[in-house]
Amino acid sequence: MSRFKQKGGKEVPAISTSSLPDIIFMLLFFFMVTTTMRQADVLVRNNLPQATDVQKLEKKSLVSFIYVGPPTNKKYGTESRIQLNERFATIEEIQEFIFKEREARNEADKKKLITSLKVDKETKMGVVTDIKQELRQANALKVVYSSNKKTDLK
Amino acid sequence: MARKTPEVNAGSMADIAFLMLIFFLVTTTMDVDTGIMVQLPPPHDPNQEIQDFKERNIMKILVNSSDRLLVNGKPGDIRTLRNDVIDFMSIHENNPDYPEVTPKFIDGLGQVNVTKGLISLKNDRGTSYEMYIRVQDELELAFKELKNRASVKHFGREYDKLISKDRIKAINKAVPKRVSEAEPEDIGGK
Repeated sequence: MSRFKQKGGKEVPAISTSSLPDIIFMLLFFFMVTTTMRQADVLVRNNLPQATDVQKLEKKSLVSFIYVGPPTNKKYGTESRIQLNERFATIEEIQEFIFKEREARNEADKKKLITSLKVDKETKMGVVTDIKQELRQANALKVVYSSNKKTDLK
Repeated sequence: MARKTPEVNAGSMADIAFLMLIFFLVTTTMDVDTGIMVQLPPPHDPNQEIQDFKERNIMKILVNSSDRLLVNGKPGDIRTLRNDVIDFMSIHENNPDYPEVTPKFIDGLGQVNVTKGLISLKNDRGTSYEMYIRVQDELELAFKELKNRASVKHFGREYDKLISKDRIKAINKAVPKRVSEAEPEDIGGK
């Protein structure tokens, strides 16, 4: 090898790989910025309440979400509304929604379905109670009141 | 420029960046969903007879439309609610001011006194969701504390640190979470 080097000065220079890390870093940042896990667009304001004793939801595939809150777009009014699957729904549609969610799961998971209520904290309990009654009728009894963990020190 | 400095080999930088990329991909948990888990009662059966409870066994918590509390007919405070519940649901033998206690045999604990107390929670349609969650949270914490106390008393360690499933079951039987939610009323208007 060394003999060749000494002889010929016409060697092809090695491709500089120093910019490769930069490319990878760009990819890294791209993924970090763009990954959003939420599938549905939330059409309602969703300021979740805070609670101290919260549990983590283990299996995401078993959870169906119901969003409740005042619409972000003012043209739909300011009263709290229910959102199921990227559109506004009425209280009567909840049972149907639960049945559809159940149909989409396989047999073993049907009984383990959890309904997560993502309710804005300024919502009045009337709406929430109606939803709870509907869920009882649909036999979807496992409910999670979605709330953030309180961080203040007491 | 007498001597050429050897070029730093930057080829492995890519590997380092790749490692970081994979590390971040694996460890990032996108907004973990947390919340208070509850089990709703089964649909209301009209044939079901209404259970009768003695007055002294029930702790009534009412939340009105302006988020004020009424505990057993007296104005209550969210800050003292937890201790009130703990006090109410603790075992007080032969004290007519507190709920009755019944001796019960539980596997792993033997004969223990179990309170017959019950928390009845009632809210108005106008109650804010935030207040409701706060009350729920306080109740949850109160029962947790009660379980902790029972656990420390019987097994010498906290409820969270119990490993054996039988022990957890025993404590759950000794300290049942008895919260009943009444159908809401529309008293306060909108």
